[in-house]
Amino acid sequence: MTAVDLQTWEKKAAEIGQGLSRFVAIWGDASGYCPFVHLATRRKGASSAEVINLAAPDRRFPSIGAHQPAAILMERAIFDMHGLIADGLPDTRPWLDHGTWPGSRATKPYKFKPVNGDGIHQIPVGPVHAGTIEPGHFRFSVNGETIVRIEARLGYTHKGTLKLMRRASIDHAAKLTARISGDSTCAYSFAFALAVEQALGVEAPARAQILRGVMAELERLANHLGDFGAICNDAGFPLLNAHGAMLRERMLRLCAACFGHRLMMDLIVPGGVTADLAHGDEAKIDRELTIVSTQFERIVEVYEKTASLQDRTVGTGRLDPAVAELLGCGGYVGRASGQTFDARRDMAYAPYHDLHFGVPCRDIGDADTRVRVRIEEVRQSSAIILALLRELPDGPIQSPRPPSTSPREGNAIVEGFRGDVFSYVRISNGCIEDVFLRDPSWFLWPALETAIEGNIVADFPLCNKSFNASYSGCDL
Amino acid sequence: MELITQFFLQLCEMALVLALAPLLTGFVRQLKARFQRRAGPPLLQPYRDLSKLIAKDAIVATDSSWLFRVAPYLIFTATWVAASLVPSFGTNLLFSWSGDLIVIVALLGSARFVQMLAALDAGTAFGGLGASREAMIASLAEPAMLMMVFTVALVAGTTQLSAIAGFMHSGAAGLRLTLALALVSLVIVALAETGRFPVDNPATHLELTMIHEAMVLEFSGRHLALIELANSVRLLLYFSLISCIFVPLGIAPPGSGAGMLVAGAAAYIVKLVVGATLLALFETSFAKMRIFRVPNFVGAAFMLAVLGMLLLFVSAPL
Repeated sequence: MTAVDLQTWEKKAAEIGQGLSRFVAIWGDASGYCPFVHLATRRKGASSAEVINLAAPDRRFPSIGAHQPAAILMERAIFDMHGLIADGLPDTRPWLDHGTWPGSRATKPYKFKPVNGDGIHQIPVGPVHAGTIEPGHFRFSVNGETIVRIEARLGYTHKGTLKLMRRASIDHAAKLTARISGDSTCAYSFAFALAVEQALGVEAPARAQILRGVMAELERLANHLGDFGAICNDAGFPLLNAHGAMLRERMLRLCAACFGHRLMMDLIVPGGVTADLAHGDEAKIDRELTIVSTQFERIVEVYEKTASLQDRTVGTGRLDPAVAELLGCGGYVGRASGQTFDARRDMAYAPYHDLHFGVPCRDIGDADTRVRVRIEEVRQSSAIILALLRELPDGPIQSPRPPSTSPREGNAIVEGFRGDVFSYVRISNGCIEDVFLRDPSWFLWPALETAIEGNIVADFPLCNKSFNASYSGCDL
Repeated sequence: MELITQFFLQLCEMALVLALAPLLTGFVRQLKARFQRRAGPPLLQPYRDLSKLIAKDAIVATDSSWLFRVAPYLIFTATWVAASLVPSFGTNLLFSWSGDLIVIVALLGSARFVQMLAALDAGTAFGGLGASREAMIASLAEPAMLMMVFTVALVAGTTQLSAIAGFMHSGAAGLRLTLALALVSLVIVALAETGRFPVDNPATHLELTMIHEAMVLEFSGRHLALIELANSVRLLLYFSLISCIFVPLGIAPPGSGAGMLVAGAAAYIVKLVVGATLLALFETSFAKMRIFRVPNFVGAAFMLAVLGMLLLFVSAPL
């Protein structure tokens, strides 16, 4: 981390605004005597993120959100969490703070953006929903059935995870990291482990690196398979949901059989992995993947041949590539809207740095395209797993961790199923001093709001599911 | 004595409709689950749901008026009476002379009208959303239904359902293109009116896509039980209607003895099973429509009914 002065900070902000650097994350740290703001960016084509650090003794800092809309939500959250004010931030309403915490800074009632016009009325939905999904409030301003504007209001899942992680031991923090988002537990643990390893200057053994890749891809496969069905279900076609859920279940059982945990929680730890493949497990994975792939191709065929289903997904919830670029969308949402970024290829971390694979990318940006990108990724992930298993060397699965006395830091970007997960840690005396984990959903929620405009109310669940942003992941 | 037998038969028919309706709903659900390779809820689950709901307190929205409390009874009564007018296992039942097909359409229309008012009465966003969608669909489905009624009435020479069933059963109608078009039209109307695919999804958990479910979100306890039961009865009613007009096979003619009546009931059950299987198959193989496509779909029912009527004058029975 580089401590910078105000001029350098503003120069960086302008660079982000001009598109020379990509915005990755911004977070505050007001635990010490002097509050700090940290900014993570990534230069175009660079294979690592760069973190700068600005002291904010008067609790103010120049806003990045004024240059790059992707940062607005995170700067609103910084104020809620630490009371640091972003100068020039276009939207200063609270984000995570609902005025119910002790010492809350949200004093005024929350105001949704006004929508004026003839016949416009509002539909409030949530935070409690009829289905089993995470809590979130959506305010629809509609004209008849057509959505004029939708605003998401999150912050119903605040757990104080980051605060719990500060001052915790590395092992405890790793456990907390694994519980941030259950469907991305491998991706989070992977990102955290890489950041800690960079800080401590260790590397996981070769066998552990390959196993991490296998776990991350199995997680991606399980989520893509389940979501494929769930998207079809929300489009009003429950048949594929039953089949998608079945395939996901097969993957989870495979994970349980090979690694001892369905979601593979706590298996990736700083220094290596905690579960190893037994003799014959490679063949088991190979066999199971063949079955799942064959069945998956059959349900994909049903998806493509059911005209009534295509009628629902094609053209629904279109995210313009220019907007996707502006908001920094990653994952299948970004790749369906012309953003080619894939951390596995572009950040070239182990074990992907040795592999050659294409990144499926399209630019139509509707719900159907997002489904198709995920179909491609399912095929690709199966191939990657098989390729990794062929190279699986013998050897230990954990490296010893050297003790650390002076503060050291590391960061990493890892491709989860939803998009790139960024992690940053500063370690001192074996304890976490500062930590930040950025979920890809920070960039997906604003994108969903723009993609939904002009669609009809009844199509919102379908659009929402095709984005599948995490509620909990951006409310730590 | 004759009157008492007649009355008894009519009571039997009404009780049968009420007793069978939840079973039919459960059967369709079970079949759909099987087609999706799920185990599905047991056949008797709808009865259990009803008894659970009846035992629970009914919670009434704070801002609602008397209408909200009365509506479930009105909806249920109108639907049940309409169902008792449709011949199921035998024609010529006592009540069937007190009202014809048009009365049935009117009764169902009234039930829906009360349902929409009650949905608006609670003052929630979803009630309004559901009611406006229901109104859109109803405004297209009802004319289509009436047009179908006229077409069939022109063929049979009466709007009296018992007489229509008797006429169709006698084979005097012959094979007519008109009747085929009327059948398709009635099936589409039935799908729309009973809130099935591709118009509405009876099993959805997504509050924003609901039509009928959005209207009943605020009901609870015995109120909800009555509305659910009315729903099941409406589904059964449309099955009975389609079978008595287009496949009156095995239906007991007027003045038949106990043997004929039992045979009629058996035939009726078989028809319900076949109908439910077809419905479940259809619902499994199509996705729900985008809501603004529904007018095209239901509009097609109206056009088919009109076409059927026009063809009646230019074609001969086969």
